[in-house]
Amino acid sequence: MSANSTSRRAPLLALYAVFVFAFIYSPIVVLVLYSFNRDGVGGFPPRHFTLNWYTQLFADSSIWDSVLNSLMVAAGSVALSLTLGLLAALALDRADFPGKALFRRLVLLPLILPGIITGLSLLMFAVFAGVQLRLLTVFWGHGTALISVATTELFAGLQKLDRAQEEASLDLGATPWQTFWRITLPNLKLSLIAAALLIFTLSMDEIAVTFFLIGRDNTLPLEIWARLRLGITPEINAISTLIFAVSVALIVIWYRLRARSLGDRSQEFLEQLGETS
Amino acid sequence: MYSRAYKSVVSVPPLLWVAAFLLLPYALMFAHSLWAVREGIIVHHWNLNNYKTLFTNPVYLEVLSRTLRIAASVTICSILLGYPLAYYLAFHAGTRKELLYQLVIVPLWVSYLVRGYAWKTILGSDGVLNGFLQYLHLTHEPVGFFLYSPFAVVLMLTHIYTPFVFLPIYAALEHIPRPLLEASQDLGAGSLQTFWRVILPLSMPGLLAGATFAFVLSLGDFLAPLLVGGPSGTMIANVVQSLFGAAFDWPLGAAISVGILVITISLLFLSEILEKRWAFK
Repeated sequence: MSANSTSRRAPLLALYAVFVFAFIYSPIVVLVLYSFNRDGVGGFPPRHFTLNWYTQLFADSSIWDSVLNSLMVAAGSVALSLTLGLLAALALDRADFPGKALFRRLVLLPLILPGIITGLSLLMFAVFAGVQLRLLTVFWGHGTALISVATTELFAGLQKLDRAQEEASLDLGATPWQTFWRITLPNLKLSLIAAALLIFTLSMDEIAVTFFLIGRDNTLPLEIWARLRLGITPEINAISTLIFAVSVALIVIWYRLRARSLGDRSQEFLEQLGETS
Repeated sequence: MYSRAYKSVVSVPPLLWVAAFLLLPYALMFAHSLWAVREGIIVHHWNLNNYKTLFTNPVYLEVLSRTLRIAASVTICSILLGYPLAYYLAFHAGTRKELLYQLVIVPLWVSYLVRGYAWKTILGSDGVLNGFLQYLHLTHEPVGFFLYSPFAVVLMLTHIYTPFVFLPIYAALEHIPRPLLEASQDLGAGSLQTFWRVILPLSMPGLLAGATFAFVLSLGDFLAPLLVGGPSGTMIANVVQSLFGAAFDWPLGAAISVGILVITISLLFLSEILEKRWAFK
């Protein structure tokens, strides 16, 4: 018997795997295909190729306004939740304070709870505080809810981090601030980028929380949502196809970044410190 | 090694933020559930009537039981699709493993709404599936029951949560030490026996994590029912949403939300305990 008996061929299982992949991908394929179909969404097979839906989409200013709104909210959320998430991860990793166990669980709640619960809680808070709903409240909601994602990613990064470098830096006379900027942050670079990408995508796609915090200006998902309530239009296939293309591009960029050698900047910094002291 | 100042600088801002903007809002939700509405105004009159309504009104109990059934179906379907896929990738995919793994991840980046919309265009009575069936002459009239049914909700949510269920199961399968499987076979266990007695128990923590995730998030979903569910696919979160909207009964809506929250947290707690019990030692 061969040593590696578990990796023998399993045709039935392979067939089943093909079936699962078909299930996962068929809606995406249909979506993309019908964005080029002249007769709109529905019917089979799609017969006449057209780019009309895309030209219509590019002329549709309210869609692009909502894209701009979404980009602003997502960029703001990345900044807010990454900052607070980094601090929270450092606090969980390195500090002891009363209520730490509660804090750890509380910060993760928006990730675990259905979006409607967090969305409504934030709505009640906004109403209670007398704040008018607008894009700013959406940004506040996303930023707060996504601290959970930043904290999880960055805490995992910190756990893998080699503390010896930080100790060496402090021993060699660098201030905690210098150590933070030149050792801790560069070592966390990959986790930071991963968290930022994840937060950005999640914010761009968020509906459940946005639904309750939105004022007059729509984000892209809510603009699509509003149109869906009226009926199906291939313009939505077109914008969805574009979103899909952008997502895939982001994934590719992410893998490129990860694959590229990171260069050990913090090691260089330590060597410099060693020479000067 | 870290100074007191360092520790306070990193812990105070997130603590304050989370206390003000998460703890307080969740507490406010709880407070609302104990208040009442009189003549269209929320009054801070503490009482348990909302919970009483929740447990005695058959409409809410019916929607809740439908919601639990849908969430359970989604969980089971996602496991039935995700587990064999994870098993195939972990043990049989050979050199294509990495590529196939990425192929499972990619759809996770495709918008929830976009995927829901895609199902709507597929299942509709003049949708792609009906067009396809008529093209093959399998049916002559559009089939109406694909869309706007609990079935459509289960289908859409299964599509969304299958990759999420796959991921922890795959991670668990990958962590099983391969010599263990060889030992099992060398000692005379058949493939099926090895699966039941070795692989399945060792992948249980991953399976539980994925299942809990799918169940909990399906339980609180209100968008899938609105998109593809129709009236017969209404779920508990839709009731909450309408109580906060047109029906304007925030206290009752808050009480139902607290109910969802309690179910969710108990399930997470239960799954944590079970995962520890099954954890590989």
